[in-house]
Amino acid sequence: MIWNKTNECMSEDERRSLQGKRLHKVVDHVYHNVPFYRNALQEVDITPGDINDIEDITKLPFTVKQNLRDNYPFGLQAVPQSEIIRVHASSGTTGNPTIVGYTRSDIAVWSECMSRCLTSYGVGRNDIFSVAYGYGLFTGGLGVHYGVENMGASVLPVSTGNTEKHIRLLKDLGVTGIACTPSYALHLAETMESMGIVKDKIKLRTGVFGAEPWTENMRHEIEERLGVKAYNLYGLSEIMGPCVSYECECQNGSHINEDHFYPEIIDPVTLKPLPDGQVGELVFTTLTKEGMPMLRYRTRDLCSITRGKCSCGRTSVRMGKILGRSDDMLIIRGINVFPSQVESVILGMPECAPRFLLIVDRINNLDTLTVQVEVRQEYFAQGFDTFEPIMELEKKIAARLKSVLSISARVQVKAPNTLDRSEGKSIFVIDNRILK
Amino acid sequence: MTVHQLSIFIENKSGTLVKVLKLLKGEGIQLIASTIADTAEYGICRIICSEPERAYEILKKAGVAVSLCEVFALSLDDVPGRAADAIEIFAKEGISIAYLYSFLLNGKGVLIFRTDNAEKAAEAIKAARLSVIAEKDLSKLL
Repeated sequence: MIWNKTNECMSEDERRSLQGKRLHKVVDHVYHNVPFYRNALQEVDITPGDINDIEDITKLPFTVKQNLRDNYPFGLQAVPQSEIIRVHASSGTTGNPTIVGYTRSDIAVWSECMSRCLTSYGVGRNDIFSVAYGYGLFTGGLGVHYGVENMGASVLPVSTGNTEKHIRLLKDLGVTGIACTPSYALHLAETMESMGIVKDKIKLRTGVFGAEPWTENMRHEIEERLGVKAYNLYGLSEIMGPCVSYECECQNGSHINEDHFYPEIIDPVTLKPLPDGQVGELVFTTLTKEGMPMLRYRTRDLCSITRGKCSCGRTSVRMGKILGRSDDMLIIRGINVFPSQVESVILGMPECAPRFLLIVDRINNLDTLTVQVEVRQEYFAQGFDTFEPIMELEKKIAARLKSVLSISARVQVKAPNTLDRSEGKSIFVIDNRILK
Repeated sequence: MTVHQLSIFIENKSGTLVKVLKLLKGEGIQLIASTIADTAEYGICRIICSEPERAYEILKKAGVAVSLCEVFALSLDDVPGRAADAIEIFAKEGISIAYLYSFLLNGKGVLIFRTDNAEKAAEAIKAARLSVIAEKDLSKLL
């Protein structure tokens, strides 16, 4: 089902024209109301009159997390406090927390976008929907809550904690949908099993998960153990909260509500836009936000985007799975290398354990990449006796890495359980280059 | 015609070999012969020992990258030239030796080796009536 056919299925031309008008308006709004943006625009010699089409977006400067911290708490707010009806705050593990104020119109847009997500997941007015994201300063709980109310299903605001009571309510009320973090979903399944409640006793059929990275394996496990179809929900508080993008029944990427949040993929080093399909850093511009608009906000999330009509009927751009953070990126011989790319190669090889180490060196002014990877014990047990199979395996891994990374890497096979496992991390990078 | 050998993938790092040997020591397994072949980063330690199957299980359980394979074992008189005579037989048949090591056991020379063609090598050994050592005899010699 589609909540808003007009906006989710509009033609490319129509949408670009709408985006262009909205972009002009938001630039005009921040230019006149936020000194930070006015300065930033004046720095690059841009006035709102220069921004008329969506293509003009590349003329605008970027915004980064540090800008939010530096302008703590309300420096980026674009309206008087009397217009703000809600304030969320992100957990600031380093430095100031991020404060985001929303106007009545912002909350309405958020609820509208969240309604699109829920409808796409197959939630309808007859559903009882449990929101098990934390309610409070975090945008997850209230964000989904307002969406459920707006689209007309019954919301059960359970929040986090008290899992046994939650399970009892799921069972007794016949709850059909749930939103929570994927790890909480697995905790829920475990608790349910320990309480002796089999999944047939509950009526859950739709699971909405986000706010933390999760894998296809986790998706299958959640679907199996809770008896739901599991959908991805993406969002970030700087832009709005959960509702920025959502999967449809095709589950071929997440549709971005791009009439409100305009996405770009850039090279995190050159900051130049990348062609569709290429992995880079995801950047969002809010096109309709009043309280705290964001121009070209760098999310640090790495993914690619795909355009074109989806089989579900929606025409909005789709973003792929988040492959990592741009902070993890290495530049080796001028090529951007993401540890997650190496990980994908290694996970695809049954001989290898999911544990590896990237070592970057600079030898005679040339960058070198060495990938150490643990090989599974079972691989050796299969009659290993000479160096040939080891060298063959190294060659095979190197060839796959080359096709994915576009640079050559030296591969070193390691015996099982020999790479450092401290902190439970699976990705390690050692960069030995001393840069002048 | 063949005996069991443990082949262990080890890294060129101090402490890795002793870990393996201590595991065997703890279970009362005795080495008969051992050798290490190495490259810059890693090596293969090959071991002939008492109770090779049990030794294999012990190492596997401890997470060691080990395999149990079969290698040829020939018994030769301890006089000059016997090894050359034996190897010449394979050379004449066009069989290559992948690796070889030897040791003395109770006054007899023992040659342990792998070839690139086990079937052809077995035939050559039979035809030349070379003296092979059975696994149970190896242990008996201890």
